Amino acid sequence: MNNSNSSLSFFSFKLSAMPVLILFLLIAPGILGINFIPPAKKKYKPGYIRMVFKNTVDGAALVMNDSVYTNVFGENYRVSKLKYYISTPGLKNSILLQKEKNGYHLVDASAPASQSFIFAVRPGEYHSVFFLMGVDSAHNCSGAQTGALDPLHDMFWTWNNGYVMVKLEGLSPVSPAINQRMEYHIGGYKGRDKVLEEISLIAPSPIVIKAEKTTEVIIETDISKWWQFGNPVPIKGTPICATPGQMAKKIAENYRNMFSLLPGSIIK
Amino acid sequence: MNRPILILLSLFAGALMLVGAGKLATNVPFKPTWLEFKIPKGWPKPPANIFAKNRLSEQGFQLGRKLFYDGRLSKDGNFPCASCHQQFAAFANFDHDFSHGFNNAFTKRNAPALFNLAWMTEMHWDGSINHLEVQPLAPLTAANEMAEQIDSVLHKLRKDSLYPKLFRAAFGTTEINSQRMLKALAQFTGSIISANSKYDKVKKGEDVFTISEENGYAIFKAKCAGCHKEPLFTDNSFRNNGMALNHFTRDIGRMKITGDRNDSLKFKVPSLRNTALTFPYMHDGRFYSLGQVIDHYTKGIQFNQPNLDTLLKNRITLTNREKDNLVYFLITLSDNEMVKNPRFSSN
Repeated sequence: MNNSNSSLSFFSFKLSAMPVLILFLLIAPGILGINFIPPAKKKYKPGYIRMVFKNTVDGAALVMNDSVYTNVFGENYRVSKLKYYISTPGLKNSILLQKEKNGYHLVDASAPASQSFIFAVRPGEYHSVFFLMGVDSAHNCSGAQTGALDPLHDMFWTWNNGYVMVKLEGLSPVSPAINQRMEYHIGGYKGRDKVLEEISLIAPSPIVIKAEKTTEVIIETDISKWWQFGNPVPIKGTPICATPGQMAKKIAENYRNMFSLLPGSIIK
Repeated sequence: MNRPILILLSLFAGALMLVGAGKLATNVPFKPTWLEFKIPKGWPKPPANIFAKNRLSEQGFQLGRKLFYDGRLSKDGNFPCASCHQQFAAFANFDHDFSHGFNNAFTKRNAPALFNLAWMTEMHWDGSINHLEVQPLAPLTAANEMAEQIDSVLHKLRKDSLYPKLFRAAFGTTEINSQRMLKALAQFTGSIISANSKYDKVKKGEDVFTISEENGYAIFKAKCAGCHKEPLFTDNSFRNNGMALNHFTRDIGRMKITGDRNDSLKFKVPSLRNTALTFPYMHDGRFYSLGQVIDHYTKGIQFNQPNLDTLLKNRITLTNREKDNLVYFLITLSDNEMVKNPRFSSN
């Protein structure tokens, strides 16, 4: 307090009170760490796209644990876990391609907050949505990651490093595995084991992005495609897949067809 | 001058200074002591710069060292990294074919020595680990090793009185997350360099081999250097060296990772640096002496294995004297400075 008194007496000799007050008000934000500098000007004001992933089975919302579903082979199953990585999503039209930089998202069917995300894009009309189902090869082998890629989300293999791109777990009475378990951990990021799927979905009507507004698109993820979309993988024959390789690739070729895009709408 | 305004001003100024002082106390400037990763003279550059996204600092290294020796990284507190990686054994597990883990379990493979890891792109006997930073996740979460969970370890570290400060010193804020923990561990383990053995001193002209060692070196160059390439004494490849399948572990090695039949019974070629300190040998620790290892190569190889390494297809022959000389040479690869360096010790 001694210091403040002495500095004040200095001011009180030289200056009248009001300019001092103004001076303090000018300095205060700097001292308090408040930043009044406006952000760097962009050529355009961005709009926002909100992508919502709606997990379904044959068109109806997925109900975890309790609902019994039937796949194309007539096999009953319940789902207890569904998690998948959506990486570097974006929008495109014939000229523009707008990607979320470093966008990594882990959609978890039992965590509603994880099922949507927003990012900024340039305003305009877009005709399709794209994303990578999984985590790009580089991020599988470049050391410890954080955020959605944090290994504590239990989506990183320690026995054979790399991300589990998609996890689907549940029970099925036809499963010959222990406790009638059905467990698919689909991974593999290199060479012939690569299960990364580039997904591109054409919008039923143009997705309009307006400056400073948010447009929402809903992407339906239909689990029923898992067992049959080109590659038949009945639960009875393949109740478990937990290593990279041929079976994982077959399943990935099926699930790349799980997605469908509903018309977009400006929500706010 | 108006007195009430002056009082108001003085109070305002005082408050500002208090705020300023508080800000200083919580925001100690982040000034880590950056370290340079030095490549020993004459060595090749590491295949990738493991510190490119994890800048090496004294604070990061020291945090990594503390974590390496901290039992709290394991479920019951008994198994720090150092329980299987002992400095006096060149960070291998002294006199253990398999190591002890949680709940009286044994590991399924021999704990490898840790040094010169910056030159290794694929770790573990089967190359399952693709980056040094993520390696600790394997022992940390394995039920027969440290048996812990990542969030549980982080919880313990956050509760500790010292760790938040050490994380701030290393990374700028007190935040403790898995990425920071793993990067700090990599700063420590990646800094362990072994390049001061008698062999290195001879190469630098600071020492001379005995006649036996010199003869052993010649044998090494003729018969072993094809896989154990100087100066790292490994080419970091995976090879089938003609050992029978271990019928207890049924460990097929590299094939588990690649799914390729041709990789059956292939294991990583270990460095021969510090080899006299790291017994027992091979992925299952089946040989307890260097003599037994050499005997394997001269008379133990199973020639009927279809993917036996091509370099081993012709029988290696050595006289007893040659075997002895080879062992004398291998002993010169022990780096007593590294194994006694207090910088790598627990305190």
